[in-house]
Amino acid sequence: MADTHAHAHHDHGDHGEHAHHPTGWRRWLYSTNHKDIGTLYLVLAIIASFVGVGFSMMMRLELAEPGLQFIHDQHFYNVILTAHGLIMVFFVVMPALIGGFGNWFIPLMIGCPDMAFPRMNNISFWLTAAGLILVALSTVVGGGAGTGWTVYPPLSNHTFHPGMSVDFAILSLHLAGAGSILGAINFITTIVNMRAPGMTFHRMPLFIWAMFITAFLLLLALPVLAGALTMLLTDRNFHTAFFEPSGGGDPIFWQHLFWFFGHPEVYIMIIPAFGIISQVVSTFSKKPVFGYLGMAYAMASIGVVGFVVWAHHMFTVGFNVETRAYFIIATMVIAVPTGIKIFSWLATMWGGSIEFKTPMLYAFGFIFLFVVGGVTGVTLSNAPVDMAFHDTYFVIAHFHYVLSIAAMFAIFTGMYYWLPKMCGKMYNEKLGQWQFWITFVGVNILFFPQHFLGMAGMPRRIADYPDAFAGWNMVSSSGAVVSLVGALLFFYILWDTLRNGAKAPANPWGIGATTLEWTVDSPAPFHTHEILPEIKAEPAGHH
Amino acid sequence: MIKSRWMLFLFVLFSAGAIAAGAHAEVIGAPQPWEWYFRTAATPVQEDLIWFHDLIFWVEVVIVLFVMALMIYIVVKFNAKANPTPSTRTHNTFLEVIWTVLPVLILVVIAVPSLRLLFFMDKAKNPEMTLKITSHQWYWSYQYVDNGGFGFDSNLIPEADLKPGQLRLLDVDNRVVLPADTEIRLLMTSEDVIHNWAVQSFGVRLDTVPGRINETWMKVPAAKIGTYYGQCSELCGVNHAYMPIAVDIVSKQDFQRWVEQAKTKFASADDAAPMKVVQAETQSSIDAR
Repeated sequence: MADTHAHAHHDHGDHGEHAHHPTGWRRWLYSTNHKDIGTLYLVLAIIASFVGVGFSMMMRLELAEPGLQFIHDQHFYNVILTAHGLIMVFFVVMPALIGGFGNWFIPLMIGCPDMAFPRMNNISFWLTAAGLILVALSTVVGGGAGTGWTVYPPLSNHTFHPGMSVDFAILSLHLAGAGSILGAINFITTIVNMRAPGMTFHRMPLFIWAMFITAFLLLLALPVLAGALTMLLTDRNFHTAFFEPSGGGDPIFWQHLFWFFGHPEVYIMIIPAFGIISQVVSTFSKKPVFGYLGMAYAMASIGVVGFVVWAHHMFTVGFNVETRAYFIIATMVIAVPTGIKIFSWLATMWGGSIEFKTPMLYAFGFIFLFVVGGVTGVTLSNAPVDMAFHDTYFVIAHFHYVLSIAAMFAIFTGMYYWLPKMCGKMYNEKLGQWQFWITFVGVNILFFPQHFLGMAGMPRRIADYPDAFAGWNMVSSSGAVVSLVGALLFFYILWDTLRNGAKAPANPWGIGATTLEWTVDSPAPFHTHEILPEIKAEPAGHH
Repeated sequence: MIKSRWMLFLFVLFSAGAIAAGAHAEVIGAPQPWEWYFRTAATPVQEDLIWFHDLIFWVEVVIVLFVMALMIYIVVKFNAKANPTPSTRTHNTFLEVIWTVLPVLILVVIAVPSLRLLFFMDKAKNPEMTLKITSHQWYWSYQYVDNGGFGFDSNLIPEADLKPGQLRLLDVDNRVVLPADTEIRLLMTSEDVIHNWAVQSFGVRLDTVPGRINETWMKVPAAKIGTYYGQCSELCGVNHAYMPIAVDIVSKQDFQRWVEQAKTKFASADDAAPMKVVQAETQSSIDAR
């Protein structure tokens, strides 16, 4: 993508005097440009996905048959499942959706030249990159962290994980968390203060609403994680006893702190996805979003309620029955705004003139599979049924439907939708559609049978399982192979686009694409919106 | 669903017949190949749980099919060829109210039985005996506090030592033996890290947490006498996959006979003293009952 920016510099002589920027490694290491930093985040997510997906393929390979075939050390299995979780959450989904698309398109869509704090933007990225290095190291130093991404003590304390690996994982999350907090401050400041004249809050594109709400979730949730991690760090290294029953502490206290962060975290990953889907559905239906205000406030209410439902991850820890009753009710409430979003997307498409190009296929797939993953969420929100499903493959199936499928589908949606804007070239539409169908079939074969395994009671986080579970595990692993083909094809398409893609016009999507990023050239020049656009009428596809 | 439960039932009957040749109790609560539904319920809690799950399940199936139908309609009617001119409608207050209120009503329908079941499954009302369960890396120990206070450890049978008919990764050297028709209080704690004592057929799945004692209950009717299996369900370290749970539900009389044998077999522990852990020699006493 570096090349394409250089082209932008030459192609748009009128911007020439503003386009002087460092070249080579200085351009990327010192970058304060929101587009370059967005690109860096996307590249980081792609690199991390090689590792994270690689680990999941190792797990599916081992699980294909009962017995231990490839991974003879169960601790190593625990290490890769931990690293898979941490990397996919903190270094693939978050950097792609928030750091990548957020940095690229917040300034472009609200009509301002750059983020409010460009230098802070730089340090946000490099803290995240350092975090990725630390989490990678945590798998190889000190025996590796085999704690699961939830890092529950006592398993994660010094007695049961004496090496440095858990400390590395903790520091990794500290760095990535600090980077995200700074990024969130940047996003909020930019969106509040730097919208183009006339773009009121109620005229912002829904992607901007999504990023705005996500930034608040980050800002409020991550400090709690940082506090909990610090306590765990001092428990491990300085003999404090926050989570240590023998010293008056309580391991359940960790779980409360972790999930107080952890549940908003799942909305941090899915609300940006909502934003992307809203833009794409509107663009390809050639219709404004249906129920714009309802959509915006549905996301806001999901964000607010998301902070008061954390203990539904802890229904089996043994707290009193009234507490569980509260968390059942609060959790089920979230289904209401989520339903509003689903039906509003359907209503946006209703009466539309839909072109099923690759981004729209992915958005369509997102909506359906998010419904499938969402309804199993309602099942799990009921504590009595959770007694059958907690820590089984049913839970794995549920959250992979909403994260591995839905959030990843949103990343693919955004990549295909905005690739012409980011690199100035068109992807191969035919290959893109093949890639969608291969991935769609693959992930469903991969994850749907895991519902059955969960129903039959197969626990998660085990490398070897009773022989009766063999059948569905083999099906699931076959699906993993198909999904891998889809993922590799995506990387080929990316490479093919950068190498051979046809030149993209400023707006390749036609009359449906009404947001401001389609008013600037493709690829977006190094500096954009130096003369602020003025929003006079109802904006950007939202009435 | 009903059809599959019947097939499961027939399968269990059939396999039980095959196993009856040995001295083992009828295996009821074990996973079956290609299973895609719950194991047989053995307690009122699990029966209610399955009923309640099916209620939610069918509601969800209807929702998913409804959304799917709408999406198919959209693909057919509103693709660019079929409908070249998009409408511009962006509001319909009536629709928006409907799709907000209707989900609320559906959730209320789900919440009422959910809370009723939650309170029902929480604690025993009139427990007739108590089993204390302690988890360790990586085995369970059980203490019969109301039956003389004896206790024992329950370890996985390694693959190399399995006898024919025993299940890999599920069978243990000393099974828990519990009486049918008895309301049993289960108390659980852990000696080291957090584990989870889960037997699906009983509707029991509870964390064992160091420094805490968690409580739940179970009651298996005499009609469901047999063997049930479960596995540790909270990541607890290297051998997380190797600490299964196997429970024999026997008649009250058989249970009393077993208790007398077990008292001598497992050196009895003083009530006040911490549980004395004795390694088991064989499984013969259970098989011999």
